[in-house]
Amino acid sequence: MTSTESLIDRRQMAYIAAQASDARLNVELETEGMTLNIGPQHPATHGTLRIIARLDGEQVVWAEPSCGYMHRGYEKLTEVRTYPQVTALVNRIDWLGSFANEVPFILAAEKLMGIEAPPRAQHIRTILFELSRIANVSLFLGDLGVQLGAITPVFMAFRDREYVLNLIEGATGGRFHPNFDRIGGLKDDLPAGFVDETRAVMKKLRNFCDEIENLLFGNEIFQSRTRGIGVIPKDVALQYGLSGANLRASGVDWDLRRDQSLPMAWNKADWKVWTHPDGDSFARCWVRLQEVRESTRIVDQLLESIPSGPIMAKVPRIIKVPEGEAWVSTENPLGEMGYYVVSKGDLGPFRTKIRSASFNNISIVPWLLKGVYVPDIVTILASLYFILGDIDR
Amino acid sequence: MTALLASDLPYWAQSLLRVLGGVVAVLLPAGTIVYVFLFKMMSFMQSRLGPMEAGPYGSMQLFAEVGKWLQKEDITPERADRFIFRIAPLVVLTSTFLLVAVVPFGPDAWFTNFEAGVFYMLAVSSVSVLGILIAGWASANKYSLLGGLRAAGQLIAYELPMVLAVVGVIIQAGTMNLQGIVLAQNTGEIFGWNGLGNPYVLTQFVGFVIFMIAVQAELTQTPFDMPIAESELVSGYMTEYSGFRFLTFFIAEFATAGVFALIASVLFLGGWGIPFAWFGWEGLDDVDNWMNVVGPLIMVTKMMLLSFIIMWVRFSYPRFREDQLQRFAWKVLVPVSLVNIMFTAILKVAF
Amino acid sequence: MSSDAPVAEIPGDLLREGIVDGLRAHLGEALLDSLVKPGDDVWVRVRTDAWREAARVLRHEMGFDYFCFVSAVDWMPSPYGKGEDDPTEPTPERDDTIRQGYAGGETRLQMLARVTSSTRHVGVNVKCDVSDETPVVESWIPVYAGANWHERETHEMFGIGFAGHPDLRNIYLPTEFEGHPLRKDYPLLARMVKPWPGIVDVEPLPGGDDEEGDAE
Repeated sequence: MTSTESLIDRRQMAYIAAQASDARLNVELETEGMTLNIGPQHPATHGTLRIIARLDGEQVVWAEPSCGYMHRGYEKLTEVRTYPQVTALVNRIDWLGSFANEVPFILAAEKLMGIEAPPRAQHIRTILFELSRIANVSLFLGDLGVQLGAITPVFMAFRDREYVLNLIEGATGGRFHPNFDRIGGLKDDLPAGFVDETRAVMKKLRNFCDEIENLLFGNEIFQSRTRGIGVIPKDVALQYGLSGANLRASGVDWDLRRDQSLPMAWNKADWKVWTHPDGDSFARCWVRLQEVRESTRIVDQLLESIPSGPIMAKVPRIIKVPEGEAWVSTENPLGEMGYYVVSKGDLGPFRTKIRSASFNNISIVPWLLKGVYVPDIVTILASLYFILGDIDR
Repeated sequence: MTALLASDLPYWAQSLLRVLGGVVAVLLPAGTIVYVFLFKMMSFMQSRLGPMEAGPYGSMQLFAEVGKWLQKEDITPERADRFIFRIAPLVVLTSTFLLVAVVPFGPDAWFTNFEAGVFYMLAVSSVSVLGILIAGWASANKYSLLGGLRAAGQLIAYELPMVLAVVGVIIQAGTMNLQGIVLAQNTGEIFGWNGLGNPYVLTQFVGFVIFMIAVQAELTQTPFDMPIAESELVSGYMTEYSGFRFLTFFIAEFATAGVFALIASVLFLGGWGIPFAWFGWEGLDDVDNWMNVVGPLIMVTKMMLLSFIIMWVRFSYPRFREDQLQRFAWKVLVPVSLVNIMFTAILKVAF
Repeated sequence: MSSDAPVAEIPGDLLREGIVDGLRAHLGEALLDSLVKPGDDVWVRVRTDAWREAARVLRHEMGFDYFCFVSAVDWMPSPYGKGEDDPTEPTPERDDTIRQGYAGGETRLQMLARVTSSTRHVGVNVKCDVSDETPVVESWIPVYAGANWHERETHEMFGIGFAGHPDLRNIYLPTEFEGHPLRKDYPLLARMVKPWPGIVDVEPLPGGDDEEGDAE
């Protein structure tokens, strides 16, 4: 295939030229002030995010995140894979709360096929979804301390997160990449003893939230570092498509679990949506803390009432999804994650648009970082909370 | 010193003993603090065990670390100012050695006995600021420069509360000689009761608190570690250093912590002494000779207590932003310490 | 949501029909096509020169304040199939008719965007055709500031230009990258280098099923 070989060579040459031109771009920017590169390797960023900031003393004149260091080409990859293969692939977008990534995709495929998972599967899906939310956001709470200089809470966060990961591993076989959802239901039923274990773990998680609230949120230094920093007004947040806790911290009362009807079991539990009027970094952190607590309560309630029945609907052996387009989005730990699945009746999708939450959450950073101090860059990024895999897909 | 030993030592032998004693007095606290507090106490507070492999319960970890740092490649950045880059860690370590020269460890176990010991101590502790600043500049690295500049601003700002806090002690003791301050505490009385002596931690509590805060800032420990700010600037002014030079910075950081804890225990906790009233001593000449051996041990204990507090705060608090830090120093600490001096002076005259 | 229910029994979706009516009232001729799936979702297709006008109408007149995403769809079937072909064999015949999806369309590339109303909890999928000779549409940035990054991504992945975008450069790929990866005629090199053997993964269904998965 000589055309492919020459294609590969030309691509390599273009890549090398592009690196050189990017380097030239950096030098050109250094006309005045100081240009600081935060990342891509840096203790502060949750992965390979590079922020180019032009400083005037300690203040930022402009800042620009440069993404793409982890771009894996998910949308192109889904075009050559079957639906179960895409499920395994999609786990790795938001790798901390990975079960939550599979769910909107599976729901979109089920919508196109016109089937619904049996109630037991829906229920357990919701429980695992909330467990992945707890795993994701408890790491955020620990990491928040490290970004600000308090190095102790992160160890407690990792310790308590281990319990949740053990639960997920017991149920699905994988701590980080469960790959458990299937079109029509789940791969397998819950193991024996899961319900009691989970109840005990939820108690521990509530203790952890109380500890973090005392140790970190009650600290005066933490308050003075986060209150009033990075205020995002409500309409700006909506324009940029901020979602999840970031949006609720700006005062918008919107939670996709409550405000849309999906075949999941959130309406079977009694829970509350937390909002905060301020829109600053403290509000975002505080809303996430409350959401973890609320998730533990949701899980407790759902554990009481798991319906019995089959774990998988009647699905043909080889799944061909009928032609059509479907959009499903859910309230993932990071925000609103949605899949727009275009199907042509094949074994795999024709086109998948993956709408990931962190891409929108970070797109507001150039607007937000004008005029803040250098330490506040870290605070704001920490409070916006992104996962690189979610930005770069 | 000569009273310590039976024979009359020649001058060179005395100097050698003093030098060795100085090195031990600096490195031993550094090593102890690093192992006990940094490795073990921090780990236990974070519900983990810490280093356990090297030696029983990880006690040889310190030597392993030293060996590791020594065998690393010594890199000097290409555009760095070579001479300044190389001497910066030594400047910081020098200030530590100079500081320990005035600390008394016993009635006769001291290195030098300045009449203006406190004045000398406060002056010499500023030499480390120079070292940090030149380290930041000579590294030819934007992060280091930012760290160095932040450090300069912070350290100079917190010199003032430190000095003012100590003024209260001087007023109460009536002397700037550190040995004299120890004696004043151990022979003194609180409202006529001399059961505890007069440890200034009780009568000068505000001064003690201000001094400890200022020490935390002088050591660039969290919550005042903007210059290092690990999650932003990697290591601030220390970023470009590797191998033995980084080890020097590391040792200097913890040695200075130990030495400041020693000085704080001299100024506020009564130094090497236990209240003289318990033994019926009246003055320096009455003190028995065994105090020269027990004194250093008492000093080490008090130093461990104070460094425990320093390290404990370090692991628990987030860090201040630079402007909040400066605001805290100038708008809170300085006025409070001035008021403290005023009250001390009034009360000294009244009682 | 079972497909067994006859269409007549599903009540009309007043909310979504109302959205289409409102758009027609504001855009008139520019609203080319629409599709409402009752209780599910609504798709509209607008004329290419009314792309930004549609956004303005949706945000300011109809209250769709939340910006979800902007992207594009390439309706040409991939000439490489799924990358499962034996490279020593001649390329098999493939159907290359371009068939657009919901709300129709006339061109190979189509813009696809979605906006949502945070108060009424309903979203609209907006499409428009992108001509092959001049693949340029207006930028949404004056209406939704968040479209900035999405349009940069669509530009680098599909090669669609955005008139009025202040800073249209690549977001994921290096600056001088050649080609537009998400177009169907851009091959997935991993599959070119080593074709996928084409085994269909089938797990045995839970609850015991004696037949093992088929190997193709």
